[in-house]
Amino acid sequence: MRSSYGGKETWCARSLPKSEGKRLSSSRSPTRSGFNEPRGRPLTAMHSVGRNVPRKEGFDKVTGRALYVDDLTFPGMLHGRTIRSTIAAGEIEGIHLGFDRKGFTIADCRDVPGRNVVALIELDQPCLAERHVRHFAEPILLLAHEDRERLLEAESRVSIDYREIAPIYDPEKSDRCFKEIVIEKGELARGFEEADVVVEGEYRVGHQEQLYIEPNGVIALPENGGITVYGSLQCPYYVHRALRVLLGLPDEKVRVVQTETGGGFGGKEEYPSMIAGHAAILAWKSRRPVKLVYDRVEDMIATTKRHPGVIRHRTGVTRDGRLTAIEIDVLLDGGAYMTLSPVVLSRGVIHATGPYRCNHVRIHGRVVATNTPPNGAFRGFGAPQTQFAAEVHMERIAETLGMDPVRLREKNAFRPGDTTSTGQTLGRDTSALRVLREAVSRSDFRAKRRAYRGTNRGIGLALFFHGSGFTGGGEVKLASKASLELTETGARILVASTEIGQGTRTMHAQIVADTLKIPYENVEVEAVDTARVPDSGPTVASRTCMVVGKILERCAAEIRRELGRRSAREYLAEHGSLVVTKEYAGPDGLYWDDETYRGDAYGAFGWGCDVVEVERDPETWEIRPTRITAVQEIGKAIHPVLAAGQIEGGTAQAVGYALLEEVAMRDGRMANAQLTNYLVPTTLDTPEIDVAILENPYEHGPFGAKGVGEMPIDGPAPAIVNAIRSLGIDVRSIPATPERILEAPAIPSPG
Amino acid sequence: MRFTLNGKKRQVQAPPMKRLLDVLREECGLTGTKEGCGEGECGACTVLVDGMPVNSCLIPFAQVRGSLVTTIEGLQGRHPLQDAFIAEGGAQCGICTPGMILAAAALPRGATLDEIRLGLAGNICRCTGYSAIYRAIRKASATRNRARREQ
Repeated sequence: MRSSYGGKETWCARSLPKSEGKRLSSSRSPTRSGFNEPRGRPLTAMHSVGRNVPRKEGFDKVTGRALYVDDLTFPGMLHGRTIRSTIAAGEIEGIHLGFDRKGFTIADCRDVPGRNVVALIELDQPCLAERHVRHFAEPILLLAHEDRERLLEAESRVSIDYREIAPIYDPEKSDRCFKEIVIEKGELARGFEEADVVVEGEYRVGHQEQLYIEPNGVIALPENGGITVYGSLQCPYYVHRALRVLLGLPDEKVRVVQTETGGGFGGKEEYPSMIAGHAAILAWKSRRPVKLVYDRVEDMIATTKRHPGVIRHRTGVTRDGRLTAIEIDVLLDGGAYMTLSPVVLSRGVIHATGPYRCNHVRIHGRVVATNTPPNGAFRGFGAPQTQFAAEVHMERIAETLGMDPVRLREKNAFRPGDTTSTGQTLGRDTSALRVLREAVSRSDFRAKRRAYRGTNRGIGLALFFHGSGFTGGGEVKLASKASLELTETGARILVASTEIGQGTRTMHAQIVADTLKIPYENVEVEAVDTARVPDSGPTVASRTCMVVGKILERCAAEIRRELGRRSAREYLAEHGSLVVTKEYAGPDGLYWDDETYRGDAYGAFGWGCDVVEVERDPETWEIRPTRITAVQEIGKAIHPVLAAGQIEGGTAQAVGYALLEEVAMRDGRMANAQLTNYLVPTTLDTPEIDVAILENPYEHGPFGAKGVGEMPIDGPAPAIVNAIRSLGIDVRSIPATPERILEAPAIPSPG
Repeated sequence: MRFTLNGKKRQVQAPPMKRLLDVLREECGLTGTKEGCGEGECGACTVLVDGMPVNSCLIPFAQVRGSLVTTIEGLQGRHPLQDAFIAEGGAQCGICTPGMILAAAALPRGATLDEIRLGLAGNICRCTGYSAIYRAIRKASATRNRARREQ
């Protein structure tokens, strides 16, 4: 067998039957175990990529031994609590404590040793409000006490006087814009001249709460003249930087350690910098460890959510279905502070056309301020919002033309060599047509569409894509690092990429094991601790496998070269130690201009097509999805079970986005901040999901892999709404609750 | 107060109205039982009381007097469901896993997919979309059947 490591041999060296190489795994029904070893693959101890090795921390998780932040206690530890604003906009006029201060540590903005900001993109968000309050639940005061009961009682006695100002809740009425982006390709006017028909539409998407089952939480400890924070978080170096600025400390005096993290989905990307700051202020002042763990209600009212938005499309199309002009306006509600909004908008506008070619495009995007809690990162990061609009609009174009929705998409889907709205020329790994055709045939879409006509059943589809890694020049700016340390029996991975359920440790260890040609079991993964691991960038943007995994692959290749014919033991006896650190090195020829928004937005795109079947309850008008077919092309499934887990989980989360999860905002506050009335999909709401993973290797990804984490949440919402549309109901906004469906008009028949 | 915890008789001093969840985590030092919502909706805190799955965040400690309480630690890593959850990807972030495994352990033998769905309807998982959990339960059930046949 030829070497399956390094260079372009990686994917052609395997003597796989063709069909195996294409469709690695599938789970047609939950009654069948679909992810066993693919047949026909040579298995050796040195071969773990593409196999379902046991996940590194699996045993600890199934036995309850894995330690999450709330499972830790430290001697002398206090509990912390945050006092928040009860108004949406105004000025603080007075704070009355109303309890005996003995035994309490109390902190406000004056206790911040450094700068009172949550350092991220813009330094606009105070860690503790000073005079102004800009949203409900804005943190104002911190309390700590060793007894939780006393703490809660004290909290109930605090009162704050405000001078209220008229708040702005409607993004269309906002007078403050965080970021505006314009993407232009070709000449829009010419495109509309070529059109026979112009289709217009407005689409609305609501907030969505990440709803990781473990709420946000941290413990801060004063240690060695600095501060150490243990916490449930995705991005240790984001927290590290925020604490340095907040406390005015040098690098080495701040240490951030990730505890086992019970889900993130973006909700633990930027928010942990805030809660870590609060715990650190209390720990700094009390000189004792302070635990700050939110309960569910606090987590829901105070932390970031997916940006709601209004997206307007105006499209020129010929009678035979060719798109000639696309004009899109995207408006996102950023909430009271900037957080990551400009980057969310960026990903949103870049994905706004959907995976379709068109020579004349203009996209105008804005994210604006309102007096609501700041919105932020959530799996998909702008793309689910804009692709919802794109795919429902595409369906409406098909309805207007009286054209088969599959044929319309086939006609316009990106092919290799096509250019996107930013002018990026798509590579050979462009699989839009392939996923579409596979999903249509696998789900028997056309026959079912005919059969369901006139019944209470519907079927719809959505075609979508998702860029892997940071947008534009983001990866170059990040300059992420990863290290690999030689051990007597193998290697130890040192990265800041966090395991939040998606399988980071396992997948990285597989890449390293195969590159070093050692058994998977011999690769260890160091705990994520900023005192030990380099800054590998944040664990976001579907970059952990494709970008950080690739850096690790390069580290492993260098260790192999360095070792030569020597064993690890021999090398270590001779030299003492070997640690290789590498920095991100992008593929040659990637170009991006942040001013004009022209160039290569992403190194690679994943491609997906979802088909959803639904049933309408004739009494309640409730829509129940009965079956979802999810076909996704991800380059290479390093670990098929984990990859399928991302697809199934993201798909289910999108079922909630489409049908159930409504954040009821009343006077700028979430009125349903409980699991009792914010409904996420349970076993009874989640249909059978038939997953098919296709592989079309990306030449610069480790073993051909692209990103997989976010894409699955882009497709189900528009596919569900398109299935509802096939019942003749003109729904254009989500969540499509029974109330919205009841109010929706009927779709007029074409012509 | 006396009760049986994971097969061993225990005498534990705690306020009678303290949540069973907190007594298990604090007085008994068993942190495998997790809190997800504190209102009985998510099921992360599920434990077995006399073999029945219950939300330990809703139960005052006094209510388990004389009962048999089983937490995830009580399965000792030897239950077929635990292996199956690893193999099939039934555990991702792991926070719902202890509760999910205990709820699954209380399902009737040879449960159909519909019975599994109903039995787990009180346990929310935000990572998996449940498919991998169903596969794990099916796999564990097959393993147990095989083991019985071989005996």
